[in-house]
Amino acid sequence: MESFDFVEVKVPAKAEYIGVVRLSISGIANRMGFTFEDIEDLKVAISEAITNAVKHAYKETGEGEITIGFGVYEDRLEVMVADHGGSFNLGEIKEDIGPYKQDDDIEELREGGFGLFLIDALMDKVEINSKYGVIVLMTKYLHETEVGQDGDQISTSQ
Amino acid sequence: MNLTIDVSHKDNNVTYLTLAGEVDAFTAPKLKDTILPLTKEEGQTVEVDFEQVNYMDSTGLGVFISALKSTKEHGTELRLLHMQERVYRLFKITGLTEIMNIDSTVQGGM
Repeated sequence: MESFDFVEVKVPAKAEYIGVVRLSISGIANRMGFTFEDIEDLKVAISEAITNAVKHAYKETGEGEITIGFGVYEDRLEVMVADHGGSFNLGEIKEDIGPYKQDDDIEELREGGFGLFLIDALMDKVEINSKYGVIVLMTKYLHETEVGQDGDQISTSQ
Repeated sequence: MNLTIDVSHKDNNVTYLTLAGEVDAFTAPKLKDTILPLTKEEGQTVEVDFEQVNYMDSTGLGVFISALKSTKEHGTELRLLHMQERVYRLFKITGLTEIMNIDSTVQGGM
């Protein structure tokens, strides 16, 4: 069994706490040795997940709690965001995501539809479980040999 | 974890918004309330200075998408200036660099 540390944070489902959780992930990721760029990606991804959970909680009851779990492994960070409310329609959400394309009509631009798309773009692995409320599980690996922000740079050093 | 918004007028037709701090689900509503009315004033150009914005996510993108739509409806203009590399990257990933008027002199490049 692979050993890991687990850190759990619970916050009220309110937008003012998103920044607090960003500071937590920034501290944990920094401790693990993630690069500045990766830490910024993690901050955006976790904020998107919590924003979704907050919006959802607000729609349902206007209150509630969000549980965030950090699985700290030697080679990766697993982040779990659980909104323990009802579930939203995942099929519908997935249909809606994707980058803007130039031939899309400007009127059709989604003002709130980029959250899940960004999580997917910024993390290495994303899984969603909507059996009991909605749980987003996302993973980012620590890369020992950094190949640049988008992984498309080639080092010229020998 | 807050956002300060400073509104000034460069000349009669240009409103200059200086942002400092973080744009997320908590601060985005305030930004939207400030910027949207400005885009509805005929003949106006709204310039947004991003130099001191050190964090933004999709809630911020949403605000600028609404603002852009509003400029198209009201014949006004929106320009985004002095964006840090990290913030610019989100506009890039989502394809919004294709339709937004973003100053190309990106700050803090890699």
